[in-house]
Amino acid sequence: MSAVTGPAQRRRPRSALPWLAAPALVLFVGFAVVPLIGVFALSFTTWDGIGAIHATGLTSWRKVLTDPGLPHALWVTFLVMAVSWAVQTPLSILLGTFLAGRQRYRAVLGVVYFIPLMLSSAAIALAYKALLDPNFGLGAGLDIQALSKDWLGRPGLAFGVVIFVVSWQFIPFHSLIYQGGVQQIPQSLYEAAQLDGAGRVRQFFSITLPQLKYTIITSSTLMVVGSLTFFDLIFILTEGGPGDATRVLALDMYKRGFQASLMGPASVIAVILVLVGLGLALLLRRLGGRDAGASQLEGA
Amino acid sequence: MALSRRTLLGLAAAVPVSAALTACGGSSGPGKSNGASYWYLNGQPQEGVRSGAVKAFNKAHPDTQIKDTTFQNDAYKTKIKTAIGAGEAPTIIWGWGGGTLRAYADAGQVEDLTSWFGEHDDLKKSLFPSSFGAATVDGKIYAMPCETVQPIILYYNRKVFDQVGAKPPESWDDIMALVPKFKKKGIAPFSLGGQSRWTNMMWLEFLFDRIGGSEVFQAAIEGEKNAWSHPDAIKALTKLQELVHAGGFVKGFSSITADSNADQALLYTGRAAMMLHGAWSYGIQKADGGDFVSSGSLGFMNFPPVEGGKGDLSNTVGNPAQYLSISSKASAEEKKVAKEYFAKGVLQEEEVKQWIGNGSVPIKLGTEKLLAASDNAEFLQFTYDIASKAKVFVQSWDQALSPTAAETLLDNIVKLFQLSISPKQFATNLNEVTNA
Repeated sequence: MSAVTGPAQRRRPRSALPWLAAPALVLFVGFAVVPLIGVFALSFTTWDGIGAIHATGLTSWRKVLTDPGLPHALWVTFLVMAVSWAVQTPLSILLGTFLAGRQRYRAVLGVVYFIPLMLSSAAIALAYKALLDPNFGLGAGLDIQALSKDWLGRPGLAFGVVIFVVSWQFIPFHSLIYQGGVQQIPQSLYEAAQLDGAGRVRQFFSITLPQLKYTIITSSTLMVVGSLTFFDLIFILTEGGPGDATRVLALDMYKRGFQASLMGPASVIAVILVLVGLGLALLLRRLGGRDAGASQLEGA
Repeated sequence: MALSRRTLLGLAAAVPVSAALTACGGSSGPGKSNGASYWYLNGQPQEGVRSGAVKAFNKAHPDTQIKDTTFQNDAYKTKIKTAIGAGEAPTIIWGWGGGTLRAYADAGQVEDLTSWFGEHDDLKKSLFPSSFGAATVDGKIYAMPCETVQPIILYYNRKVFDQVGAKPPESWDDIMALVPKFKKKGIAPFSLGGQSRWTNMMWLEFLFDRIGGSEVFQAAIEGEKNAWSHPDAIKALTKLQELVHAGGFVKGFSSITADSNADQALLYTGRAAMMLHGAWSYGIQKADGGDFVSSGSLGFMNFPPVEGGKGDLSNTVGNPAQYLSISSKASAEEKKVAKEYFAKGVLQEEEVKQWIGNGSVPIKLGTEKLLAASDNAEFLQFTYDIASKAKVFVQSWDQALSPTAAETLLDNIVKLFQLSISPKQFATNLNEVTNA
């Protein structure tokens, strides 16, 4: 979103900025940089979390990198990222565009759509788990054949459920971002298009979508990097199961570290996660930044 | 980025939180450091018995106080490890013994109680002898067995058996023959909360024991080479997959968790005919199942023999007891209080009565009369007999093994139940982690 407001930022006085960043910087160093260094150091050790920490060089790295569980977890993580992005983005853009209209009923609907965002992931996961229970859930309770499947017990279905619940939870948030994006598009563009005889659909594809470019990049960055953090939801819904069908990197790390007492390999995965997250964020920034001067905003 | 931050936060937060907790414990009596801290699990009815014992002890010993803090089961497993690793352990550490206790002992984090038990021989002799196995590491005792014995029991719903006109199984072949009978009536032969993983493990524990005897798993835990590829082990794994293949377990078992007690609900609502579960399940079914238990519809038996098997039929598996250890980092004063609690606070008369009232058997010898007088007499007598007469009481595998090996075991068990790996692959995967 900051990209959209770019021109305004340029006019802001620069001298006050370093001071404003200080509190955030302290928190960031204390809670992100320092532990990050700690985890990096731990990844070169063998530690069961209880006894002494032994420096063992690259042993943990070798162990993790040769484990077939790692490519599988990476693949699942990538799938969750890609599929949830592909599901959420179009729906969020459409909903956001719809909600950007000024009519009152749209504002009311907007509030309703917002509800999932106010619930914690744990609560959402517990509720869905109960609803999808093969014996006591919605399908069995209402005797609806289509609903009484073993939702969380079959690899393909369980993966679908995870994507669905993730989307259900986060689409409202991204709709909100797109709503803001759409409302910033100058009305004059639409008026001009109407004069040229463009219909609603044409306006959407020729004006709304191109104008939302930076919003899409922001929202996608949040989605993609955020999807690396899906832990609570999957942990409660499936515990990474059935088997390892939904075992994403974050879950793999937790299980290795806290359940199997292998802090070294768990730290290796943490480092990999950091690298993947940073890499993706940089890549997305780059995609957005290449023609940053090409904004079509009024006055730019 | 955000993810890594959360993890790291978790790591970073664990230490201050545990530090804060012990700090809280210490600040309640300014200038008086003659207390011991004690962490244990919450959840009724067990929590009430535990806190009751502490309260009674504190009342009787006003100068030596125990400060107790409770935790939820899964959270505790992580927290206690982190706290011990950070040198912030409570004085008294509640646990399951076995592989985790070995990890504590190997790291020098828990007090060696061998000589103390030597001085308190009467106390040692008043407890189930089978409970000391999981408290012993390399011949030294590192924990005091406490609370109750929890063998795994084969429960069945008598009403459902009557309805189908079947008799409880007396052998593995009977079990396999019962499966189609129940399935035809739309009843699941066995309830199973498969997502919890250890629930599936109980099946293997019994099959290994009945087919090959307790030596097969013993060899694995001692790190013998290729112990899991033993022909009897492969046979047990194959039989298990045959049962899964025949549809022996309730539909959707791999997404049912035991924490929600949905597996028990399947049994008492008559949707499943049988269930293999711990002795603690009796209390849950009594509390949640309406008149299921009081009307005598709940049947229970020891696991039946497998044709041609070598295992002793009196053998059982499960939790021989719960365990209390003393942190070696505690002060001399705190250790003294903890030992005083072990000698005069644990399994006193009132606590024993309360455990029995909840439908469980305390690990104290000579409680037959109390058991017989309880409303749960039949079940308690049955459990007491199984526990006290077992030739071998195999500790739950995930507790007996090191945490690292246990995690591999549980992961592979789930895959075995999903038929996504073969018995041979299972054996190979486990040999890798238990081979010494």
